[in-house]
Amino acid sequence: MKGYMNRTHPGVAACIAALFLFAQPAATSAQQLAIRGDIVHTMAGPAIENGVVLTENGKITAVGVAGNIDIPDSFDIVHGAVVTPGLVDAHTVVGLAGYLNQPHDQDQVERSAPVQPELRAIDAYNPREALVEWVRGFGVTTMHTGHGPGVLVSGQTMIVKTIGNDVAEAVLDPATMVAVTLGNGARASGGKSPGSRSKMIAMLRAELIKAQEYAEKQENAEEGKEPARNLRMDAFAQVLSGDMRLLVTVERANDILTVLRLADEFGIDIVLDSAAEAYLVAEQIKAAGVPVITHPTMARHGGERENATFEAASRLRDAGIAFALQSGFEAYVPKTRVILFEAGVAAANGLTFDEALASITINAARLLRIDNRVGSIEVGKDADLALYDGDPFEYTTHAVGVVIDGQLVSQEVR
Amino acid sequence: MTSSLFLSIPARAAGTVLAIGLWIGAPGAISAQSGAAAEVHAFTGAHIIPIDGPEIENGTLVIENGRIRAVGVADDVRIPRNAELHDMAGRVIMPGLVDTHSHIGEVEGADRSGPIQPDVRVMDSINPRDAGIQKAQTGGVTTANIMSGSGHLLSGQTIYVKLRDVDVIDDLMIRDAAGNWMGGIKMANGTNPRGNAPFPGTRAKAAALVRAEFIKAQEYRDKMDAAGDDASKRPARDLGLEALVDVLEGRKVVHHHTHRHDDVLTVLRLSDEFGFRVVLHHVSDAWKVADEIAAAGAAVSLISVDSPGGKLEARDNHFKSGGVLEKAGVLTGFHTDDGITDSRFFTRQAALAVRAGMSREGALYGLTMAGAIMLDLDERIGSLTPGKDADFIVMSGDPLSVYTHVAQTWVDGQLVFDRSRDEDRTVATGGYGASFDQADFEHLLKREAGQ
Repeated sequence: MKGYMNRTHPGVAACIAALFLFAQPAATSAQQLAIRGDIVHTMAGPAIENGVVLTENGKITAVGVAGNIDIPDSFDIVHGAVVTPGLVDAHTVVGLAGYLNQPHDQDQVERSAPVQPELRAIDAYNPREALVEWVRGFGVTTMHTGHGPGVLVSGQTMIVKTIGNDVAEAVLDPATMVAVTLGNGARASGGKSPGSRSKMIAMLRAELIKAQEYAEKQENAEEGKEPARNLRMDAFAQVLSGDMRLLVTVERANDILTVLRLADEFGIDIVLDSAAEAYLVAEQIKAAGVPVITHPTMARHGGERENATFEAASRLRDAGIAFALQSGFEAYVPKTRVILFEAGVAAANGLTFDEALASITINAARLLRIDNRVGSIEVGKDADLALYDGDPFEYTTHAVGVVIDGQLVSQEVR
Repeated sequence: MTSSLFLSIPARAAGTVLAIGLWIGAPGAISAQSGAAAEVHAFTGAHIIPIDGPEIENGTLVIENGRIRAVGVADDVRIPRNAELHDMAGRVIMPGLVDTHSHIGEVEGADRSGPIQPDVRVMDSINPRDAGIQKAQTGGVTTANIMSGSGHLLSGQTIYVKLRDVDVIDDLMIRDAAGNWMGGIKMANGTNPRGNAPFPGTRAKAAALVRAEFIKAQEYRDKMDAAGDDASKRPARDLGLEALVDVLEGRKVVHHHTHRHDDVLTVLRLSDEFGFRVVLHHVSDAWKVADEIAAAGAAVSLISVDSPGGKLEARDNHFKSGGVLEKAGVLTGFHTDDGITDSRFFTRQAALAVRAGMSREGALYGLTMAGAIMLDLDERIGSLTPGKDADFIVMSGDPLSVYTHVAQTWVDGQLVFDRSRDEDRTVATGGYGASFDQADFEHLLKREAGQ
């Protein structure tokens, strides 16, 4: 299945391939930077006391104890009491949602129709949005962002670095998942569909069956006799083929089980998103092998999240479920959350320090399948690091430096 | 400025209590609420943050009949023989937190019939069994100003409550020396109260409507005064104007939602013009007009949000406001605005202010005593001063640390939250059923059975 698009739609494939090319770090950085930390949390082994990280041409070239690594004279040096990998926000809408919350800067949800998987995040992402700079100042270097919750199928997501003056400079993965919302968040008003939970699933099932038939026709058609191109079906076909996963925002236990059933029916990969009641059906989630990007630790406990708990992450940990944290989506003040703060509160509610840090670095990168590039401080990985003047999770600690692709992009004390 | 004064409070490094509410009609101390514990409790071995003086290592707190009897270094405090002892080694004890702006209790205020409705009392809408009240207890909140929303220029009379374990609103209220329930007036400007007529469409119209209403209240007051004891000469009773007269006379404080710097100055101008006392709430732009606020003698209750924006007026909201206001000499406190932020994270408001430049002393003061002053309750709560109400919290560590939890909350000498109890812990962390309204059937059945 995976190859069918290459055969039938070379145009699409070329377009996506081109974006991947852009995704390579700007090869302009000949910068040589040494980062020293009283403690370096590499997330690839025990923390290193008095550690040094050398970076060159955007990549990490050496990691170790200060005594074992010579810092060549040509390297600039920055220092932080605590050094971590650049933070990875496993799910946000920053860059599509702007901080002013006015119609002109809200591109995370298109409400004209309930099912629009063809909407691509790269067509809406604003790398100059103030919120991008805001979260970067706290150490966030990578974000999984894109279309948000609010309609049944709102569009695609993408992965970006928090740099760049245009989307091509920022993008790490242009098409990551297709965003689905189930439950009250997806209910349409004014007598339109979907107006009920079962209708939501009926609509999704119908779309996926259509996409199966579409893909089959594409596959079996004689040269020049392929069915007319359908962007919506293309997107679902990529879900069926595994090229994109479904990111399913869902809160209630019964809805979680419903979507596990749907995923099983079509053999598709899904990621549960938010999942306030995941702890009630942890066994089933574990058995399905589905990872969870759990709601922000401080998410408001109302509506379908009325049974949410600050201990959500540690309960997933206890159940052996792969998870990462997210800053999520906010419709109102505060317009976005900061993943660093959410991890800190998770560390105060059952996670160990290392587990909490992993949930916004290496484990988030693994869940997003970008751990070959980011998420830990290891030789060969992107030189993305965050520097703090103390325990990064403490309310009164400050972020003091952020490095992306080997470039010191922020030294503001925040 | 006339009577709209909140004295600025210098850092209390000297340990002196400088908190003096310069109020007209400030209430005196009140007799202990009914139901207060008759027993004596002593809490030993704690790190005590009394707020009215320096922090105490290995301190002892003694409470009796719902009041604080003694606080000090272990050696200096005599523990009564009949005291129930509580070993608090490794714990931190500080006064109960005062949330100057909360929407717990499913509170409602004015309806959409008009922008100014001072006759509406939020006490008539509160559900005392709302889970939000219990959650606030777990966050260490012992006193709250429950208010209606900001969609009106004036959305109603607020109510000051103690978060006791009770079933009915009357038992939540705080009463003054004369036995009257206490509360302020909720006002708002900026974009929230805007709308189609009769709501204002512009900022100037908003101010004009408020001005006209206060002038009506002045005339009403003057007619009442002129009538004296002659009932036949009194104007027909108007509950809304009556409430505004309370504001004009300083008996009720205006709690004013405001964000943008120019809107802040509009509030100060109206406060000066009509001589009402005001606490500015939210005040996203506080850091831009701190000197003007200080000069006006107004108090500020801040909220910090994790990122700026969410609405145009909050685009410059910043953690640094607390430090800037402190340096300008403004009485500065905090609030949750629950459900904007969850009451269980109230201490975080102070900690974020410290992150951006406020002093530790000022921030802890802001969570407690500053709020007490803003609610005219500084003689009763806000510090661990002998004679004050026994409202305090026991914490697992430093109040400004993310890793710290509230272990116990005491109101009027009663333990209302204990994290070591399973059902209390669920309310503190969330989980299945934590957001269901309190339904203490067993308690009710016992009462029915006369037990």
